[in-house]
Amino acid sequence: MGKENEKAEKCWIVKTKKGKGNLCVITKRCKGCGYCIEFCPVNALEFSEKTTDKGYHPPEMVGGCILCGRCEKMCPEFAIYLKEKKNEEE
Amino acid sequence: MSVMKEGTYFMDGNTACAEGAIAAGCSFFAGYPITPASEILERIAQRFPELHGSYLQMEDELASIAAILGASWAGRKAMTATSGPGFSLMMENYGLGLMTETPCVIVNVMRGGPSTGLPTKVAQGDVNQTRWGTHGDVGVVVYAPSSPQEMFDMTIQAFNTAEKYRLPVILLSDEMVAHMTEKVEIPSKEDMVIMDRKKPRVPPSEFMPYCPDEDLVPPMANAGEGYSVHVTGLTHDEQGHPSVDERTQNMLVTRLIDKIRKNADDILDYDEYKIEDADMIIVAYGSVYRSAVEAVDMARDKGYKVGLLRPKTIWPFPEDRIYDLARKGTDAFLVAEINFGQIVFEVERCTAGACRTYLAPKMGGSIHTPEEIFDRIVAIDKGEIPPFKE
Amino acid sequence: MSIRKSRDWFSPDYMAQKPGIEATYGLHPLDEYLRKDRIPHIWCPGCGLGVILNAYLRALKDSEIAPEDTAVVSGIGCSGRAAGYVDVDSFHVTHGRAIPFATGLKVGNRDLITTVFSGDGDLFAIGGNHFIHAARRNVDFNVICVNNFNYGMTGGQAGPTTPSEAKTSTTPWGGFEQPFNLPAVAAGAGAVYVARWTTYHVEQLIKSLTEALKKKGFCFIEVLSPCPTGYGRKVGLKTGKKTMQHYKENSEIKNGADPSEVALDPDDPETSIIVGKFVDREAPTFQDVRGKIFGEARKELEVE
Repeated sequence: MGKENEKAEKCWIVKTKKGKGNLCVITKRCKGCGYCIEFCPVNALEFSEKTTDKGYHPPEMVGGCILCGRCEKMCPEFAIYLKEKKNEEE
Repeated sequence: MSVMKEGTYFMDGNTACAEGAIAAGCSFFAGYPITPASEILERIAQRFPELHGSYLQMEDELASIAAILGASWAGRKAMTATSGPGFSLMMENYGLGLMTETPCVIVNVMRGGPSTGLPTKVAQGDVNQTRWGTHGDVGVVVYAPSSPQEMFDMTIQAFNTAEKYRLPVILLSDEMVAHMTEKVEIPSKEDMVIMDRKKPRVPPSEFMPYCPDEDLVPPMANAGEGYSVHVTGLTHDEQGHPSVDERTQNMLVTRLIDKIRKNADDILDYDEYKIEDADMIIVAYGSVYRSAVEAVDMARDKGYKVGLLRPKTIWPFPEDRIYDLARKGTDAFLVAEINFGQIVFEVERCTAGACRTYLAPKMGGSIHTPEEIFDRIVAIDKGEIPPFKE
Repeated sequence: MSIRKSRDWFSPDYMAQKPGIEATYGLHPLDEYLRKDRIPHIWCPGCGLGVILNAYLRALKDSEIAPEDTAVVSGIGCSGRAAGYVDVDSFHVTHGRAIPFATGLKVGNRDLITTVFSGDGDLFAIGGNHFIHAARRNVDFNVICVNNFNYGMTGGQAGPTTPSEAKTSTTPWGGFEQPFNLPAVAAGAGAVYVARWTTYHVEQLIKSLTEALKKKGFCFIEVLSPCPTGYGRKVGLKTGKKTMQHYKENSEIKNGADPSEVALDPDDPETSIIVGKFVDREAPTFQDVRGKIFGEARKELEVE
């Protein structure tokens, strides 16, 4: 029921020692609070120049992600999340 | 010894009320001690262990009604009991129960008011509070027992109506009825009609928790049944989601009121006594009814053609019946109630000017004696008393 | 020391991959617990409520608790809206009465893993009496108090935890009341699990919530939470980020600290915020004791 499950509009392939994974962002949900960017331990994210249709600047991957998942836990909007490849077949 | 066995008992009103709840399938009670209603909680506390029921003495009446609303959503038949001061504290969550259509029973054993008033003495000053006490427009159902027998029977009826129409139903008793001891006939389990709430007929994916059937009552999914219902006091749409648009408010509140108004004939209940040829009709409810019957007989002996109409449900009120009686030759209605005039407003409104309405008020502490009512009849007949005018 | 600028802290191969836009990948892992058509929620950008709700749903998922086995009750206020976003049996009740409602729900159906998710005003001002009694009874449910130090929904009024000198819409000249030390209130009333975290400590918060979900009895978790719109901007923490930075730089983890000594102390320069798990003890729950008493009653009455 309700509208169809939202898919991530942005998704980056991330390769680390641990394995491959994806960092996905449902930009429609993002309100540009910057927590994922501010508290990413490796500063892998920056505000993107482009804005969502509501005028918020979603996060943009600039490299260095270690798939730690802090951004996913810090996000108040359920807008950013990891897809670990190692425990899911391709 | 679980539900009381069929038979004749000698029981006080409060005990009969508790036993009525048990017979109706009540398995959750939350209350707070208050004269003159404590005996209900005490009886429940005595009886629930053997019935595997759950009871809680809460920290106050606010918590008591909140707890029975929660328990109802856990699938239990739930009841609380209080008196004036506690009843006033319950108003906000009474509204929550009405808005979220949560079946439960609230017993209010009226005592002298206002404020702390006469805790151990009878009064009927909370009547209009049961109708207008909570904020906003609501449709309510209120029963008024006049005897320990009715404290038993009407508690069952209150639960049945609560489950059938999904709302908190009030049993509006008073100190006299609650504390008097009288014969109480307990029927066999088979003779008792016990109703339960409508359950969803569709799987969770299709279920709309607040989409009503034709009788305007939506089926009810309890917590823990996998329907993940959202229940909120906010104005909500059929899915139960909060909404702030006028259209949803209009549809929802209209339905909540029509749910009772359009089913009033099924809920409405009243007695009549020697009313066929009466040119004056006494309206009395609760404990005052007992004196009113005596007064009618006394008046009849003296040649006065007096009858009696007793609302057993205060709301819905017997509006049409009074309207018809007023047009069929009744000269006057005399409302006898232990307050400064509350139901008399309704009676006067329903006569719509077709005849006069009089009030026999009493401030609380005792019920009208038959003589008082009889003297009133005589005085009215002689025109010594003006009709009731607020 | 902010690591924001120092990129080279990590070895090159971590930095190897080049970001690219790929096919979209599945759902947010917590979507199964969310009423998706209600998301995005109404809370302001940077509000900590979303972080706490995220942590709570993460704890549910980590504890493998199925949505239909759990219920959420919340009162009135910004936090009150949480119930509307969780795809479980959720109840948004009247102001201050979430706890007694949850008591009825839990005692009514003991298999329901019940959580009260509400705010500092709802739980400790209007609902304070119910809180201390539920803790005294040790009813088996969890209370998450989102403490953002004000009444956010109604426009930033002072609440029972607002630091006294803070200027709010109802203390324009500064407050003149002593705020509660919530862990002390909870522990004093009898809660068997008492912890305090901030939205900055998401890892510890998730672990704490998971513990509470597993533990029997009345569990209380206070979570300091940014409220940029209602409170933050009036006390120099204009954005959620500033408040989070404030938490980061001013908090110290002291597990096992005595709850009566963890009052939030804005004047203390270093550690104005003590966080951690302060109480984690065992005590028979309301239903355990009642079950025993009722069992004995039934034996006495020779009723099974």
